[in-house]
Amino acid sequence: MKVLMFGWEFPPMSSGGLGTACYGLTKGLSRKGIEITFVLPYSAESDADFVRLRPASSMPLFRLRKIKSALTPYMSSEIYHKLVSKKSAHQAKIYGSTLHDEVYRFTLAAEKIAEEEDFDIIHCHDWMTFGAGVRAKKKKNRPLVLHVHATEFDRTGNHHVNQHIYDLEREGMHKADKIVAVSNFTKHKIMSHYDVPAEKIEVVHNAVDFSQHFYDEPFGTKKDGKVVLFLGRVTLQKGPDYFVEAAKKVLDKEKNVKFIVAGTGDMEARMIERAAELGIADRVLFAGFLEQEDVERAYKMADIFVMPSVSEPFGITALEAMKNRTATIVSKQSGVSEVIKHCLKVDFWDVDELSSKIIALLRYAPLHEALKENGYSEVKKFNWNVPAEKCIRVYSQLIGKG
Amino acid sequence: MVSVCFYFQVHQPLRLRRYSVFEIGHHNHYFDEHKNEAIIKKITHKCYLPTNKIVLELINKTGGKFKVAYSMTGIVLEQLEKYAPEVIDSFKKLVDTGCVEILDETYHHTLSYLHSKDEFREQVRMHNKKIMALFGYKPKIFRNTELVYNNEIAKTAEDMGYKAILAEGADHILQWRSPNFLYRPKGSSNIKLLLKNYRLSDDIAFRFSEKSWKEFPLTAQKFTSWVNQVNGNGNIVNLFMDYETFGEHQWEDKGIFEFLKHLPHEILRHPDNDFVTPSEAIKKYKDVAELDFPDYVSWADVERDLSAWTGNKMQQEAMRQVYALEPHVKLSKNPELLEEWRKLQTSDHFYYMCTKWFNDGDVHKYFNPYDSPYEAFITYMNILNDFRIKADKLGEIKVKN
Repeated sequence: MKVLMFGWEFPPMSSGGLGTACYGLTKGLSRKGIEITFVLPYSAESDADFVRLRPASSMPLFRLRKIKSALTPYMSSEIYHKLVSKKSAHQAKIYGSTLHDEVYRFTLAAEKIAEEEDFDIIHCHDWMTFGAGVRAKKKKNRPLVLHVHATEFDRTGNHHVNQHIYDLEREGMHKADKIVAVSNFTKHKIMSHYDVPAEKIEVVHNAVDFSQHFYDEPFGTKKDGKVVLFLGRVTLQKGPDYFVEAAKKVLDKEKNVKFIVAGTGDMEARMIERAAELGIADRVLFAGFLEQEDVERAYKMADIFVMPSVSEPFGITALEAMKNRTATIVSKQSGVSEVIKHCLKVDFWDVDELSSKIIALLRYAPLHEALKENGYSEVKKFNWNVPAEKCIRVYSQLIGKG
Repeated sequence: MVSVCFYFQVHQPLRLRRYSVFEIGHHNHYFDEHKNEAIIKKITHKCYLPTNKIVLELINKTGGKFKVAYSMTGIVLEQLEKYAPEVIDSFKKLVDTGCVEILDETYHHTLSYLHSKDEFREQVRMHNKKIMALFGYKPKIFRNTELVYNNEIAKTAEDMGYKAILAEGADHILQWRSPNFLYRPKGSSNIKLLLKNYRLSDDIAFRFSEKSWKEFPLTAQKFTSWVNQVNGNGNIVNLFMDYETFGEHQWEDKGIFEFLKHLPHEILRHPDNDFVTPSEAIKKYKDVAELDFPDYVSWADVERDLSAWTGNKMQQEAMRQVYALEPHVKLSKNPELLEEWRKLQTSDHFYYMCTKWFNDGDVHKYFNPYDSPYEAFITYMNILNDFRIKADKLGEIKVKN
C-alpha cells in the first residue's frame, strides 16, 4: 500500500507534538510495510538539518519530498508577515505576501507532486496541508484521510479564531473521505464546530516512541530542591499563565522548589513579567526553546511535569514525561487524559487544585513514587504500532470501497 | 441434613470531603455529609427497606423457619439514625422475631487489629454497647472487618468471650477440605469457626445478573439444587455477603428480590434442610477438625489477603501514620478527637487508594467517591495532616495542665 502524506513538521526540524506524532506514526506504518512519501515545506535555513534525519535504512519504505516554503509549524498570519518582511526583495518575490498566499503556493506545489507520484491513498496532517490533500484527491481520484492533531479552536484557545484557517479546515473535513481525530475530545470538537457527522470520524490516540533515547545523562548542573516543569509552546492554548499562578501558590507553602518554563511563544514576555510581579522571578526560570536532547534531559531532571493546557487535542508531552519517570499532572481538557490513568488530572482553570496537587506530590513521597512507577508501566502500552494499525484499517476500508 | 446460614454485612463508610492542602491547619470538617446522606438515602430505598420487608415476610410466612444474621457497623448505624431512622425501626422489628442474630465487629469498620490490639478491643466493645443500646441484644459471635482473620484473631475473640468467629473459606487454607463443616481455630480451645462457602455466596452476590455466566439466569430452584448437593458431604452452607447485594449490587429489575422471596420455600421443600443462625449452627453441629490460618485471610478479591488495603506504599504509609497518632489522641482525653481519629481508621479510606485493579476499569468502583487512588490518598493525607496539628495542640494542652 502506498500513501502520499502531507505534513508540516518532521523531526529533527520540529517544535511540537505534530512532528513527533508524524514521525512515530510513519515509523509504525513503515514497520507494517506501508510505503510513504512524505511531503513537507522547508526553508533554506532548515535544509541542512535534514541531513541528520534518521538513516534511510531504518525506514526503507519512507521517502521525504520537500517543498521550499517560508511556512513553519504553528505559524500565525502575524508571524508570517514579520518573517517575510525581513527577507530580501528578491526572496520576498518567491514567497507569498501573506500566510494565506503562501499556503496556497504550497498547495499548488503539492498538487504537482501528487501528479508525479503513484499512491493509493492521501493522508494529511493538520490545516496547512488540507488544501493540498483536497487537490490531490481531485487530481488522482484517491481517497483522502485528514488527520486532525489540532483545530483552530485549540490553537487559539477559542479566542480570535482565524476565519480563513477555519474555512480551510472545514472545507477539507467535508471533502475528505475520513477524518482521524487524536482523541474523543477532538472528535467532539470536530462534530460541534465543523458540523461533521460522528460516523466520519475515527479516533486514533497517539503513542510514544520508546526506541528514541537521545541523552540519558542528566544536565550537568547540580540540582538543589525539587523541580516542576512546564514544557510546550508558551501560548494561550498551553496554559502557561495557570502554571505561573500555581507556582505562586505553591511557593507560598513550599520553599525548596523551582519552576521551569521550557518553550517559547507569544506569551513568554508576559509570563516573565507576571512572575516578577508575583515576586517569584528567582523561582520561575524561563529556559526558552529546548532541542530534542535537552527535552529528554528536562523531563529526567524534573520531579513533576505539568501540562495545564486550555485545549489539548492529545498532549504527547504527557506520555514523554511519564516515559522518563516523571510524575505528571494534566488538564482534563486534553485527549491524553482520556487514555491515561496513572497521572493526576485537574481542570485547567482550577489553580487552587493544581497547586494543591503539586504540593501533595512534593510532600507525599509514596504518592510521587507511585505515580512515577505506575505511570512508567502504563505508558509502555502506548507504542506506535497501535495507531499505525488503526490507520491501516482506515486505509483498507477506504480503498476497499474503491 | 443441610443447614443454610445467611449472614449479611451492613456497612457504609463516612466518605471524606475533598480536602485541599490549603485547608491544612484550618480544622475544617472532614466528612462529606451531603454525599453520605445522599448515599444512605439511596441505599435505604433501593436495598435496606425493601429487603428488610421481604425478610420479615419470609420469617412470618415460614413460621420462623427462615433465619438470618446481620453484622452492622457502628458508623452505618449512626448514619441510619441520622438520615433514615425508619431503617433502624425495621431492623428492630426483625430482631424482635427472634429469628435474627446480630454479630459483633469493630464499631468503625477498621483494620485496627493489625496495628493496636488495645484499640481493636475497645472498638469491638463500643460496637457491642451500640447493639445493646439499639436492639437490647448482646452479640455472641464475632466477624472481623472484611473477614480479616488468622489464628491469633480467633484467640483474641475467644478471650473476649465470643463463641464463634467467621472467616473466608479460602482454598489455599482448606485445600482438600470443605467449607461446609464447623471447624476450630488452631491455638484456641472453645471458639468455633464458620467458613464462607464463597462459590455459592458469590453466585448470588457477584454473578446473579451476569449474562455471560453459563448459569444465568439463576433461579431459586437451581440454587437450591446446588445446596442439596452438599447433603452427605457437609452439614452447613454459609452464605456470607454484603446486604447491598439485594437491590443495590444486583438490581430489582434483574429479579434479585424475586429470587430471595422464593429461596426459603425451595430450600425448605427438602425435609432435611433448614436455616440456622451462627449461634444455632455451633449448637447443632460438632466441629470436625482444627484449621490452621497462620497468615491473614480476607474475603476480598481473588487474592483473599490484605492487599486491597495494604498492597501499595501509599496505603501502608497512610495506615502507619494514622495509627502512629494513637498516643497523642489518647493523651488528649478529648472524646471528639478520639471519635474523629477512629472514623479516619475506617478500612474503606485505604481501599480507595488501591491501585491493583485500577488498570482494568475495575469492578470496585461501588460508591467510590474518588476518580483515582491518588486522589483518595491526597485527600486522606491532607486531612490526616490537619488532624495531626489538632491532636498535637490538644495533646500539649493536656500535658501542660
